[in-house]
Amino acid sequence: MSDMKNLVILGAGTSGTMMANHLHAKLDKNDWEITVVDQFKTHYYQPGFLFLPFDIYTTKQVKKNGKKFIPKRVHYIQEKIEMILPENNIVTLESGTILPYDILIVATGTKTAPDEIEGMNGPEWYKSIFDFYTYEGAKALRDKLREWEGGKLVVHISEMPIKCPVAPLEFAFLADSYFKNKGMRDKVEITYVTPLDGAFTKPKATKALHYLLEEKNIKEVTNFNIERVDFEQNKIIDYADVEVEYDLLVTVPTNMGDALIERSGMGDDLNYIPTNKATLQSNAHENIFAIGDATNLPASKAGSVAHFEAEILTDNILRYINGEPLKEEFDGHANCFIETGNGKALLIDFNYTHEPVEGSFPFPHVGPLKLLKESRTNHMGKMAFRWIYWNMLIKGRHIPFVSSTMSEKGKQYDEVK
Amino acid sequence: MKKVIANKEIDVNEEGYLLDFKQWDREICECIAGECDIVLTERHWEVIEYIHDKHHKEEPLSIRGIKKSGVIDVKEFYSLFPGGPLKKATLIAGIPKPKSCI
Repeated sequence: MSDMKNLVILGAGTSGTMMANHLHAKLDKNDWEITVVDQFKTHYYQPGFLFLPFDIYTTKQVKKNGKKFIPKRVHYIQEKIEMILPENNIVTLESGTILPYDILIVATGTKTAPDEIEGMNGPEWYKSIFDFYTYEGAKALRDKLREWEGGKLVVHISEMPIKCPVAPLEFAFLADSYFKNKGMRDKVEITYVTPLDGAFTKPKATKALHYLLEEKNIKEVTNFNIERVDFEQNKIIDYADVEVEYDLLVTVPTNMGDALIERSGMGDDLNYIPTNKATLQSNAHENIFAIGDATNLPASKAGSVAHFEAEILTDNILRYINGEPLKEEFDGHANCFIETGNGKALLIDFNYTHEPVEGSFPFPHVGPLKLLKESRTNHMGKMAFRWIYWNMLIKGRHIPFVSSTMSEKGKQYDEVK
Repeated sequence: MKKVIANKEIDVNEEGYLLDFKQWDREICECIAGECDIVLTERHWEVIEYIHDKHHKEEPLSIRGIKKSGVIDVKEFYSLFPGGPLKKATLIAGIPKPKSCI
């Protein structure tokens, strides 16, 4: 037994669960013991948080017991992690338990940090100010929307990067549909407030998609870097003293990596782990790898990215164990459905160097999904994805015809820097 | 595309951002600042130095980063580079515009 080596995975979210499944299947059970640590029992289907406020999904559809998805022979510890001590190759838990590791995979994700903006997490939090990036926030917002009589709805991003960067825009689109269906769209003014140049910032996406904002009568306030929320006067104020009034503020708070990363002195300004963007090895320690939202990679913080990363990281862990050079393979591939309301959606496919493009997916020229164009088929794809997530994705099963690096076939792309 | 700045032919993108940092110098910097109606002071240079340092370390620039920089607070950053301070400061410093999503 003393010869057994330890691989420890911190976090049992999308990335951690996928890695447990992949590595359980690949590592020799006589040599390696795999341990997963996560303090929370519930595994949430996070893409569902977008639909919960509009009563499109029920609470039951977005949560399950996380244990069901961790292979039985993997040790699953449900306890708070105290500290990572990379110099000693150990992780300490709240109870004082010490977990030694030969290889550590950090998959502790990203969290909302409403305390980062003055006045946000104050007396009006979950009264007139909401987030929909947490289960609690999405549910509280659902209850609010059920009785809201209208006024100024402001959909707001505090600062980049955020998880699923298109989600706030989808929220604005779905809100337009929701209020239309309730016969009260004329009573609601929707404004989209972003610290970026626009709702869409890349030239191709702007050209192809800006009509959506006009069609849905959504106003844009751009380059807005929030300084504080004035919850008494119902307005948000930015550093250039621009003010936007709201009756209902739906904000995406600052996103930050887990406080554990800060405690362990392993993160950047936002507690993300500096990570090699092609191999997923941490920059500071060769036996520590990071995946998903916990990294500082210049890729989208999204489940699809984590899925593509997991396939490459599994290969690289095996190479590391065998003393082979790591493959510099991850290209930042992301593949996201964007709900546009009224039962339609878009699909985008992009990576570090290529902008979202037009074309078809996953089969060149055939589809059936169309890239960068609204369609009902894309919406059905997004709805079907919940099944794929619970039954294939987090169990580490390969999704047929979708490769971890981006395919350029059947797409009309220009290289970008 | 090419653009003549301070009597030198410089490679820039459609938005005027320098494509090759090696072509950047203080004279060019002052000219670009002039086009943005900014007269560079000592404080501006301190910020430009900070931005170059971040760029060399390949660390992304952000308002949060400015807040924690110890070089300048965000209000002053806005007053030195009115409008979009990160965009203007990177343009003047000769490095790419901070990246965003779609």
